[in-house]
Amino acid sequence: MQRFANPGQFLRLAAVVQPWAAGVGAVATAVGLYFALFLSPADYQQGDTVRIMYVHVPAAWMALSIYLGLAVAAALSLVWKHPLADVAARAMAPIGAAFTALCLITGSLWGQPMWGTWWVWDARLTSVLVLFFLYLGHIALANAFDDADRGARAAAVLALVGVVNLPIIKFSVDWWNTLHQPASVMRLGGPTIHGAMLAPLLLMWAAYMGYFVVVLITRMRTELAERRLRALQLNAEQATRMTASAVEAG
Amino acid sequence: MTRKRRRLVILSLFLLGLGSATALSLLAFQDSLVFFFSPSDLARRPPPTDRAVRVGGLVEPGSVARSGTEVRFAITDGTTRLAVAYTGILPDLFREGQGVVANGRIQPDGSFRASEILAKHDENYMPREVAESLRREGHWRDGAAGAAAQPAQGGPRR
Repeated sequence: MQRFANPGQFLRLAAVVQPWAAGVGAVATAVGLYFALFLSPADYQQGDTVRIMYVHVPAAWMALSIYLGLAVAAALSLVWKHPLADVAARAMAPIGAAFTALCLITGSLWGQPMWGTWWVWDARLTSVLVLFFLYLGHIALANAFDDADRGARAAAVLALVGVVNLPIIKFSVDWWNTLHQPASVMRLGGPTIHGAMLAPLLLMWAAYMGYFVVVLITRMRTELAERRLRALQLNAEQATRMTASAVEAG
Repeated sequence: MTRKRRRLVILSLFLLGLGSATALSLLAFQDSLVFFFSPSDLARRPPPTDRAVRVGGLVEPGSVARSGTEVRFAITDGTTRLAVAYTGILPDLFREGQGVVANGRIQPDGSFRASEILAKHDENYMPREVAESLRREGHWRDGAAGAAAQPAQGGPRR
């Protein structure tokens, strides 16, 4: 663990990983979109509307897994005081919020023709909306304090509290009856989705994952550079103040 | 005990407490968290006629009768059926044997007047040709393909 605690080490690793993630993400996006929009068959009941799923479902997976990452970063920062954990959490939250918004919007666009409504307050939809608010709360809280460390600590506590929402989202469709359909891919007894439709789904997930890694690394680099800049500015200020007082005393 | 370790213990206890509190409150609110009731639920505990409820189940095959924009059909959960009347536009997925959720009021005569019909999709996704070949080979249980009545085991497999 301590090996990766060094920001210098992280920056070197990030420089290697980022171009690969960008390449894999770009290829997966091109192939995935071609599969999703042209090659994959129309659904026996939904027709071509099923194609919204290829954007919607991987976005939902990303929304959940990024939140899990946020919670892990929060625990690392609270318990082990890992120097990179706060940087990672701060970088992850807006990406997760964006995927959650994408999931909610595309879900709504699918719901109108298929269910007959843009939105219902069933357990699945409501719990995902709560996830979106948790992300927004995290962003707001992390930036609400003049002291960045206090903001990071408050945001980390919120991230950990929100973890209870993850199993609720995942199992809401099994525990209660909802308008939202139960899971098709990650379920006991294998996927209930045809292979020709599963392939674009997984490709789009790889595309999102590549995008996530690229943007995460860029955001973390920016944050590290900003922190370094702040530290340098503080040092320079102190130096001028000391020179000034030395001149006065002399 | 080091400080790191103490923080870890505090955090674990905090999460354990939060988890149990959430589980208990979700169990307590079980009834209000369900999105719809089945026809059997309504027969067992009839709601007051002045309160809107949602009832979900499968559209009974052969029960759909249309006259103009007025649609009459029955929702069934396998044991109880409920006659539903609705005026308006139906969602694309509405068809016989499909899961639906109707929002409306029980009428004094025991029938159900819906103000909104939502179609419920199940967890099965497949191309049209696959669905047809399943139907041809007799692996398709018509009327049981919906998810509302038996979400765990209902529907055809590929």
